[in-house]
Amino acid sequence: MSLLEVRDLKKHFPIRTGVFKRTTGHVYAVDGVSFNVEKGETMGLVGESGGGKSTVGRTVLRLTEATGGEVTFEGIDVMKASRSDMNTLRKDMQIVFQDPYASLNPRMRIRDIVGEALKIHGIGTEAERKKRVADLLETVGLNSEHAERYPHEFSGGQRQRIGIARALSLNPKLIVLDEPVSALDVSIRAQVLNLLEDLQDEFGLTYLFVSHDLSVVKHISDRVAVMYLGKIVEISDSAVLYTMPQHPYTEALLSAVPIPDPHTERARRRIVLEGDVPSPANPPSGCVFHPRCPRAQEICTTAMPRLTVMGDAGERHEVACYFPARFGDGKRVVSDKPYTDALPEPKA
Amino acid sequence: MPDWDQQPPEEREVYGSAWVTEADGVDGRRTAEVVDEVIEEQTKPLGLWADTWRRLKRNHLALVGLGIIIVFISVGTVETVFYQMHWHVRASAQAEAADAPGYLAPYDPNETNYDLSPSGLGSPPSWSHPFGTDYLGRDVFSRTLVATRVAMLVGIIAVAIALTLGLLLGPVSGYYGGAVDSVIMRAADIFFAFPYILFVLLIMSVLGQGFQNVFIAIGVLGWATFARVVRGQILSVKSMEFVEAARAQGAGDLRIIFRHVLPNSMAPVYVAVAMAIGGAIATEAALSYLGIGIQPPNSSWGLMISDSVDYLAAGNWWWLLFPSLALVTTVFGFISFGNGLRDATDPKLKE
Amino acid sequence: MGERLLTIKDLSTHFFTHAGVVKAVNGVSFTLDRGETIGIVGESGSGKTVAAMSLMRLIPDPPGKVVEGSLMLGDRDLRTISDDEMRGVRGNDIAMIFQDPMTSLNPVMKVGKQIAEAITLHQDKGKREAWQMAAKLLARVGIPDADKRVDQYPFEFSGGMRQRAMIAMAISCNPDVLIADEPTTALDVTIQAQIIDVVREMQAQFDSGVILITHDLGVIAEISDKVMVMYGGRTVEYGPVDEIFYNAHHPYTWGLLASLPRLDESEKTRLTPILGQPPNLITLPAGCPFTARCPYRREECRDKWPAHEAVGPDHGVHCWIPVEERVAIRAGLPHFKEPAA
Repeated sequence: MSLLEVRDLKKHFPIRTGVFKRTTGHVYAVDGVSFNVEKGETMGLVGESGGGKSTVGRTVLRLTEATGGEVTFEGIDVMKASRSDMNTLRKDMQIVFQDPYASLNPRMRIRDIVGEALKIHGIGTEAERKKRVADLLETVGLNSEHAERYPHEFSGGQRQRIGIARALSLNPKLIVLDEPVSALDVSIRAQVLNLLEDLQDEFGLTYLFVSHDLSVVKHISDRVAVMYLGKIVEISDSAVLYTMPQHPYTEALLSAVPIPDPHTERARRRIVLEGDVPSPANPPSGCVFHPRCPRAQEICTTAMPRLTVMGDAGERHEVACYFPARFGDGKRVVSDKPYTDALPEPKA
Repeated sequence: MPDWDQQPPEEREVYGSAWVTEADGVDGRRTAEVVDEVIEEQTKPLGLWADTWRRLKRNHLALVGLGIIIVFISVGTVETVFYQMHWHVRASAQAEAADAPGYLAPYDPNETNYDLSPSGLGSPPSWSHPFGTDYLGRDVFSRTLVATRVAMLVGIIAVAIALTLGLLLGPVSGYYGGAVDSVIMRAADIFFAFPYILFVLLIMSVLGQGFQNVFIAIGVLGWATFARVVRGQILSVKSMEFVEAARAQGAGDLRIIFRHVLPNSMAPVYVAVAMAIGGAIATEAALSYLGIGIQPPNSSWGLMISDSVDYLAAGNWWWLLFPSLALVTTVFGFISFGNGLRDATDPKLKE
Repeated sequence: MGERLLTIKDLSTHFFTHAGVVKAVNGVSFTLDRGETIGIVGESGSGKTVAAMSLMRLIPDPPGKVVEGSLMLGDRDLRTISDDEMRGVRGNDIAMIFQDPMTSLNPVMKVGKQIAEAITLHQDKGKREAWQMAAKLLARVGIPDADKRVDQYPFEFSGGMRQRAMIAMAISCNPDVLIADEPTTALDVTIQAQIIDVVREMQAQFDSGVILITHDLGVIAEISDKVMVMYGGRTVEYGPVDEIFYNAHHPYTWGLLASLPRLDESEKTRLTPILGQPPNLITLPAGCPFTARCPYRREECRDKWPAHEAVGPDHGVHCWIPVEERVAIRAGLPHFKEPAA
């Protein structure tokens, strides 16, 4: 059993307009997403803005209620959990946010921020909690004397460490990391990434790592899911995904990232996608990627392909495409004939 | 053809452009932002209160306002504290003999015939009566001072009532939203839409005249302002990440509202309090002027102004001038301090 | 390379604040030639944006002031020319693109009108002609249906299109110098690739000099000819792009390169971060601002700023470590890359 199982997760935000706040449409932020996260691994969720990756993280933790689908954590149905069950679940599932400035209450001392969860769940005496906060601060590389200070006295990187200490306070099993290093400077980013890796080793943590930065996701993830307009278009072991991408969107994403190496940069050819990401309020019919896809054909406009395993680029490599790149004999081939196995099953 | 073809050139403003044409255009604003960021990051704000005070210190008008408030509250407090004592002492023979009132006013505010001019219109300012005397020969200076007590009580009590109601209804409205929010906010709209004085009159006629009822009427009517301010703040604060973080930790609604949302929503509320006190004092004066507020023998600025206008034609300007000055200065003090506080708590608003 | 466009010498810009003097830029020098792209790389607080703003004379005074240095555009001294002349320079000679195209476009004015105004302001063109030019410029920077798009408002544009519109505006008067301040930071990676292409094409077409300010070493590697590495308001190293990536001489440059997670690495390796926190620009040491975080610091580092040392053609560094020792240290760094053959 996987630690976290997500089945057909959907989150549609209603668009309300007019005097009577009538629902006139929906933003399909997450639209039928399924994946598993095994204990101790890091699952990366990557994609551009509007892809719905952050919403997945928040829906899994029920910080926002899902429109449909199932989330199972250690066999417990998170979506149907009662208030008190949810309280127990919160101890096991935590989150670190992107913005180290907005995610800490400016009017609370560090000791209260980091120790809040202990207090809420009634863990330990006052003295024990104080000791625990001091330990947590040391664990994330801060000084235990920092407990009496306020957030504004810290730099961005230090604040992010405080956010991590807070997430660790209840000894969680799963931590959702929502763009945890995007707001940090390059040199600080590496410090925080290393810290996250160390903590994972030390406490056996499982991460759901949400980011738009492919290099960071590649560095930290064991598995990676690529999202586009609310759907996972490709999911695979990290090493395989980056060397043998099958979906044209993944290829384009990887090719668009500039590499800090002038020679490589001059030598390689980039795929530059045309146009912009369509609005998730009005996703294209058929495959969501087809309007920007260099390989799109007639079939792509009919229905969204489902995730299928082809086997030639890893057993755990799923891709949702009618014209995936194949790696049969170690050579990359794109067939002109649609891969019809990807057609969605007719509804029973 | 594009519409700007028809427009005369002088009406066309140079606004955003890729390069910078004017330092005060959009790019100028962008530059100011960058500079703010650099300075903010490097000077590490001293903490929320220290930072607010630092900015407030530079605003001279706000400091003048603060000074006025301090004087006003000191006088008002002394008057309130000695008020009861005064009448008690007055009643005793020794005090009469010593001729030493136990408070700031040099004369008994209700004692007549201090210096009744033959015309029956009171005497103009003199060394012994710096603000002159009124038609009953009462000392205007003493009466103005004593009236501070009423003004202060109105300001504090009425605003306290309004604030309490606002702090109860605003968070409920802002945090839960939905139907509750709609009901509360529509009620607030009605309170705003109705002519204010008329509403006070209505309440006063229901409650009946009386010292306390003035406070209650003004207070009850003030809730809508605070409820709106608090609600607006809560709407913006509740979507902040630290609130989401608290929820992820398992915090309940009450904890989130009182520990996370409210403390971070208060700055505009403090501003509104300062403004509302000024407003309440002015309203009390207006009510008293109309004869439905504070009743004699209590002294109030509005009452004094009302008493004096009938005699203005006869030339006793001092009777109108000094209570009016006291009123205007006090209200000005609160408003300018409130303005300064707003700029200081929200620096981006100003520039 | 072509004619020299800009010569910046010893530029220092400070901000005088309640908490002390924020020394944002301290003695920065560089030159820019026609057809050349210089990348200024640094983290927040490195002074890269303030340096560019000083060049445009956009530092609000108070609290800011260019306290020292000479800024020469050809033979014109940008520090002494009149405000009127400077207005002519901005746009005509030097144009700037900002990070956030949202705040740089007037939300209530049609995009075409904004571009056309920029044109009529600096060129002797009629309104009709300017409007047609605007449409052509939008088409040129890759906006589809440019004829219709000129008639739209900024909110009808996506982030990438707004940035294209900003570029169209910037190139409308064919400026000699184009300053791009984090032009792609707010954009998605596939859009970033488009914008970089546009900037590159425009530069090739107009043969202008480009100053690219960014924290992204990938973008630098992609389009820069020369690189200036800034830290704590100072230039710590300066040189041709290959020299900076394969023959770096400053510990901070090494640190930056080593701390990047890279897409082109096959093995999962541990990153080597730069320890410590970014510097405070008020309490900067008189010497090297990187001292506190430098693993190789020595006694003289904190108090004395090292002189410029040429280590190659057009490649200079400010560092107290003797050159032989630097090369030896670098050879032992696990992350240091020799250029691929």
